[in-house]
Amino acid sequence: MANEYSSFQLLANGILKENPIFKLALSMCPAVGISTTVSNGVMLGIAVLFVQVFSSVTISALKNFIHPRIRIPTYTLTIATWVTVIDLSLAAFFPGAYAKMGIFVKIIVAFAIITMRLEMFACKEDVSDSFWDGLGMGLGFMVGMVVIGFVRELLGSGAVFGYDVLGFKPLLFFILPSAGFFVVGLMMAFFNWIEAVYAARKREVKQ
Amino acid sequence: MRVIQSFILLITAACVLLSTGAAFGAGPVSSTAFGDENEIILKFSTPVDPQAAAAPEVYTVFEEADPDIRLAITGVEVASDGTQATLVFADSLNTTQKHIVTTSGIGGVASASFSVAKSYLGYLISILISALLINNFVFTKYLGLCVFFGTAKRKETAKGMGVVFTIVIVVACSMSWVLYQFVMKPFDLNYLQIVIFIGLTSLTVQAVDTILRKVNPVLFKSFGVYLVLVIANCIIIAVPLLMASNEYNYFETFMLSLGAGGGFLLALYLMSSVSERLELANIPPSFKGLPIAFIVAGQFAMAFLGFSGLQLF
Repeated sequence: MANEYSSFQLLANGILKENPIFKLALSMCPAVGISTTVSNGVMLGIAVLFVQVFSSVTISALKNFIHPRIRIPTYTLTIATWVTVIDLSLAAFFPGAYAKMGIFVKIIVAFAIITMRLEMFACKEDVSDSFWDGLGMGLGFMVGMVVIGFVRELLGSGAVFGYDVLGFKPLLFFILPSAGFFVVGLMMAFFNWIEAVYAARKREVKQ
Repeated sequence: MRVIQSFILLITAACVLLSTGAAFGAGPVSSTAFGDENEIILKFSTPVDPQAAAAPEVYTVFEEADPDIRLAITGVEVASDGTQATLVFADSLNTTQKHIVTTSGIGGVASASFSVAKSYLGYLISILISALLINNFVFTKYLGLCVFFGTAKRKETAKGMGVVFTIVIVVACSMSWVLYQFVMKPFDLNYLQIVIFIGLTSLTVQAVDTILRKVNPVLFKSFGVYLVLVIANCIIIAVPLLMASNEYNYFETFMLSLGAGGGFLLALYLMSSVSERLELANIPPSFKGLPIAFIVAGQFAMAFLGFSGLQLF
């Protein structure tokens, strides 16, 4: 396939056009489960970014040696290897943050977004494109997690990055686990609304 | 299906055999039980002297797992006819643990030990209920959401996905347990947990796929599509990891995986019933599709919080 993408396009695609959380609605579990603070979001975002980039590069480099019939198990095992690497590293270097995230780091292995990118992109494209695509997707996930974490932390405990900003707690409800569903749902609706308004304005300008 | 039925029957029979809780030799106490959360009730075979039995010093109680930690007894209430004593403890007891009670000088016996434990079958069922409702993997642990929102649109799809998922998770967890207990633990391979558990799961999925395709093509046609989705479900890796970190034995693992699968089926079915109705409802355009599904799931999650205090056994 001809190389039609610039690295910047691939990055922007992951962050905006095909944002894993808000647009593709994949890997929702951590977005709902542990997005109570910004720092949680950053931490898990880094882990996903690492796994996505390295798996994409590995699969892309080895794509000529993988028989198509066994490609899915190969992807799974590749991802599992990189998840083990990041899991053990986080447990060794950031034990506090790792304990807070619980089982969610290990569960990256079953994230649909990573397998999907390998299947749709990395197994067809060359190494450098796969690298940028993985980086874009990982950053998109991280941005999504940080945005959700920011909203929940600000509204739930009146803080950002653990620093008290507001001085009071506006809506304690948002820090509760089940509020994750509401926050994600409301933000998706909000982005849909913005898109609709934007499209309508564009149409007006054209006329 | 007959194979599965007879398998379940076998498991139940084994559980009943295992559930014959505490053993009693010759001694003054005929039966023991947990009372309230900080009480143990002893029944004596012959009436004892109420004055002697009311002294806290004659009892020593500890959990079987840590014999060094003696639990503090704050008081003993003895029935007036001397056939029953209730030991009251300072802290609430961990009733999932087996407790050992030693009496000295009661009923003319210098020293006698008894165990207090919940019925094992009750304990197994409480694991099942916990995985099914109290710690439902979808609504209270927030796992498996990608597949959950993808397949909870039609009741038929929900049932198919839930059943296939339950079968795969029970088989995969059983295999994981065997490998964990007999290979990974003896050879200190715990750092390979993720790779082995996910590899075993994809192997199970591949095997079920191949076997079903040959043995029952009709069934494969209706259920085959869901098999691919099983591997993208976080619950499938969370359950073996939970099993390994809790050091469950086989029956506990079986109940946990059955509860996890059943809980997923339940969540899918509830959600799909709502989704079918939502299609007829008048929803604001920005909320159509996924946003409203998330709001509904949030309401389910709040409803499931109500199960958190549930304790049956």
